[in-house]
Amino acid sequence: MMAGTDRRTESRVVRWTLTAVALAFLLCFLFVPLAVVFMQAFAEGVRAYWMALVEPMSLAALRLTALAALVAVPANTLFGLAAAWAIARFDFPGRGLLITLIDLPFAISPVVSGLVFVLMFGAQGLLGPWLIAHDIKIVFAVPGILLATMFVTVPFVARELIPVMQEQGSEEEQAALALGASGWQMFRRVTLPNIRWALLYGVVLLNARAIGEFGAVSMVSGHIRGQTNTAALHVEILYNEYNFAAAFAVASVLALMALATLAAKSIVGRRITQ
Amino acid sequence: MSIEVVGLTKRFGTFVAITDVSLRVETGELVALLGPSGSGKTTLLRVIAGLEIPDAGSILFDGQNSTDRRIADRRVGFVFQHYALFRHMSVFENIAFGLRVRPRDRRPTRADIEQRVHRLLDLVQLEAMADRFPSQLSGGQRQRVALARALAVEPQVLLLDEPFGALDAKVRKELRRWLRRLHDDLHVTSIFVTHDQEEALEAADRVVVMNQGRVEQVGTPSEVYARPATPFVYDFLGDVNLFRGRIERGKAYIGPLEFDAPGHADREARIATLYIRPHQLEIDRVGNGEQQFRARVARVNPAGPFVKVDLVAEWGDPVRVELSQERYLALALEAGTEVFVRPKDMSIFIA
Repeated sequence: MMAGTDRRTESRVVRWTLTAVALAFLLCFLFVPLAVVFMQAFAEGVRAYWMALVEPMSLAALRLTALAALVAVPANTLFGLAAAWAIARFDFPGRGLLITLIDLPFAISPVVSGLVFVLMFGAQGLLGPWLIAHDIKIVFAVPGILLATMFVTVPFVARELIPVMQEQGSEEEQAALALGASGWQMFRRVTLPNIRWALLYGVVLLNARAIGEFGAVSMVSGHIRGQTNTAALHVEILYNEYNFAAAFAVASVLALMALATLAAKSIVGRRITQ
Repeated sequence: MSIEVVGLTKRFGTFVAITDVSLRVETGELVALLGPSGSGKTTLLRVIAGLEIPDAGSILFDGQNSTDRRIADRRVGFVFQHYALFRHMSVFENIAFGLRVRPRDRRPTRADIEQRVHRLLDLVQLEAMADRFPSQLSGGQRQRVALARALAVEPQVLLLDEPFGALDAKVRKELRRWLRRLHDDLHVTSIFVTHDQEEALEAADRVVVMNQGRVEQVGTPSEVYARPATPFVYDFLGDVNLFRGRIERGKAYIGPLEFDAPGHADREARIATLYIRPHQLEIDRVGNGEQQFRARVARVNPAGPFVKVDLVAEWGDPVRVELSQERYLALALEAGTEVFVRPKDMSIFIA
């Protein structure tokens, strides 16, 4: 925005220096590592890259990651919508607490979040004996992975929606009701179209985090290959086994997903500002 | 449809928005709820609409208790102060909304909807704007779209919250005359909220003056203007001069002046406030010895249909007088002129 105007608040030297520093930083810490991921992935040739990906353990890890995203995204989209609706539209006891709690997964380390699940559902945990008695496995099994992923991705949709819904107010919704719309018609025809870009933006970020989550999932996974290993965890295992090409191959898939997310995010972001 | 409100009370937390309000609006009437901000007029309108649930009292439409009916079932058209147009829909779609959301068995056909929307667009003189979005319209145009949208569902009652509040002075004058004409054509029972006394007096059949959550007076515009029931109404409906005085045995006294005060034949002397509108005071250059007080001209503003003259009375209080342009020229007033002032009429409220 400033570029097109004639306003000059800083001298030319200052502007160039600041720009150069910022670009150099981005180059060192973002572009170079990204390039390295792909270079390493293809270091032993395209064929080795492909074999590393279609190897059964890698495929299982990618499948589990996809499953975690498929569960966490709809669940937290629905929760985010409901929470944002309640917070933006109504004043109720505990509203402030709810706003704070939604941010909790952002505030605490993912490792701690994972640990909480172990302490709750693990063999020595609070509910451990009961779960063992009923032969229900949560920690070191797929349910634990899903729970951990859902927990760390709670804030994304609600955080995007609350300010948008608060700013837009509820008058359009009241107008829809006054015109005879049912609650569902109001939501589908008035509320949803007004928040759709913010909602999509939140979903994109939520999806990215669900795919990339490491810390919390690592705590509850148990790293059983082919069973409780997500893509992110699989990268670590392969790397620790000095299987660099395979590690970077799987990492490159995650990197590609991240790039796709960024593209989606910038497109959606542009629609919001329009 | 007639509307009757009985003993309505609405609180927001500890704030009491309206207290024990009762009111009757006849079929086909256009009624104004007039009052300063915080007087409860918008809350009363929203309770009638069903947008707020009252804490006590009931609302009757055509004699039927509708207090617990949902807004969708009340058949009211509500026009919001800031229009609340659906921002992602064209003008056409905004107006068609109320018809499109009807259950299938009561929904008009596509062609029927199209025809009705175009008739409404014609009514609000916005035929050319059908495909525009709300953000592409002026305030006055948005207001008319909001009105057409509310009318599309053929409401029995039309409720308008500060319908012209967000418009500039010229547009709001045009629109309120247009609203009056529209009401004369459609005869839908209508209530509108306003804080502008001129708007209420000009457009409404009857005016409900509200203050601090209560109804102060209900009456035709000429009734509330000429015979205000309370000091508040007197003060709110136009400029007024307040004189501290007393009444005693059917006479009112301001300083040395004595007036007849029929209807206040109390024996004992009481302190009273005398309310006199600027046009009820007459100025003369020479005294005639009866019921006049002396004053000095402080400032004259001749702009507009009437000349506004600010005086300082002999006891030091400021007094405002309105004169015709002719009278002003005949008197040749200017700042510093000594004059005599005679009250032609007044209202007395015992303090």
